[in-house]
Amino acid sequence: MDDQILRLVGILTDSFIPLLKAGLLFTVPLALISFALGLTLAFLTALARISSSKVLQSIARFYVWLIRGTPLLVQLFIIFYGLPAIGVTLSAFPSAVIGFTLNVGAYNSETIRAAIQSIDRGQWEASKALGLTRGKALRYVVLPQALRVAIPPLSNSFVGLVKDTSLAAAITVTEMFQVAQQITARTYEPLLLYTEAAFIYLIFCSVLTHLQGKLEVYSSRHLTS
Amino acid sequence: MITINNVHKKFGNLEVLKGIDLKIKKGEVVCVIGSSGSGKSTLLRCMNTLESVTSGTILIDGKRLDDQTTKDIGMVFQRFNLFAHLTVLENIMLAPMVVKGESKDELRENAINLLRKVGLEQKSSAYPNQLSGGQQQRVAIARALAMAPKIMLFDEPTSSLDPELVGEVLEVMKALAEEGMTMLIATHEMEFAREVSDRVIFLDGGVIVEDGAPEEIFENPKHERTKAFLNRMRKSG
Repeated sequence: MDDQILRLVGILTDSFIPLLKAGLLFTVPLALISFALGLTLAFLTALARISSSKVLQSIARFYVWLIRGTPLLVQLFIIFYGLPAIGVTLSAFPSAVIGFTLNVGAYNSETIRAAIQSIDRGQWEASKALGLTRGKALRYVVLPQALRVAIPPLSNSFVGLVKDTSLAAAITVTEMFQVAQQITARTYEPLLLYTEAAFIYLIFCSVLTHLQGKLEVYSSRHLTS
Repeated sequence: MITINNVHKKFGNLEVLKGIDLKIKKGEVVCVIGSSGSGKSTLLRCMNTLESVTSGTILIDGKRLDDQTTKDIGMVFQRFNLFAHLTVLENIMLAPMVVKGESKDELRENAINLLRKVGLEQKSSAYPNQLSGGQQQRVAIARALAMAPKIMLFDEPTSSLDPELVGEVLEVMKALAEEGMTMLIATHEMEFAREVSDRVIFLDGGVIVEDGAPEEIFENPKHERTKAFLNRMRKSG
């Protein structure tokens, strides 16, 4: 019995560093890069949605419709396993980045659009009356206020993304969950390894939630009297 | 200075302005009175390109309205519309900074002077939601003045204020009028209109019904519609 416990503790400690390493080297960068690119895409999509151009509006709506209506795992398979059939061969990590970026872009474009449209018309009018162009009004007046509205849902989306990166295991990215699977295949201790991986995801997400709280307080500083 | 020729404005099928002709000289203070829906706000908003006119022309110093000429026109709104995420000082400095590209240090001094003028220099680092309505409106006036406009438009500047806060805003406007600013004021404050304006215009149903000196309009209105309106105002006031 003691031997069994010692063996499990040994597996746990031996696997902790490889798991954490995979988390820090793949999970976190995959999430950060995809989120940064995805937010840029989301912002451009939101601008297209609120622009006066019918063409831009349609393109943006089509993109959001397509990505939201299909499963992320299927999208990743199409990019990594499917595209080589038409001559587009990407390695695993870039494939994952593209898949996650497209998703972050589609979902958060709606968040950003709603946040921009939640800002009172009077703020646009006052900007125009003071001689600010539409672009400057957006940048200096509307976006800073819209950001406060958008931070909680955007943070939610980021936490969701960190967990979704585990799907990249299915297209051979050696992120944390993939490493957990590899060690499980060697040790036959799925409960132990997957719980351990879940625990590390939990730590990552807790840190993020804490940062979100700070960001929210900072962005709402003009509302505290 | 301002020449308005036969201006019409339609929202869909609803014609709000039905041919407005108006000339305003430099330094003149003109109050526009009339019931809600008479077109007062729409007229002011057309003069600042917040609304585009359906037909007719508005000329400022002989030039058609465009982005350049509207820089000479400051506007104060009924609901203040201060930038909620910026402090009082930042509200005043933003437009000169990003539109004219002036340096922050010069602007700061000018902004503080403007705040002193509206009696709020001690509130420079407050956020709008920490101020009363009257204080917010005074900041809004200072913010508009920071762009050094030649003309100031006031769209019912005291209509959303508690009665005890109206006076402080009117005081600031009175001081501005005495400095010689050209002002067009849509208002329900009849006493103020009588006291401060050089001319009063009565707008009803999208047309100028009467245009004259305040004594004339208030003591001796020529039109039945003006009389009826002033009677209603006296009863409610």
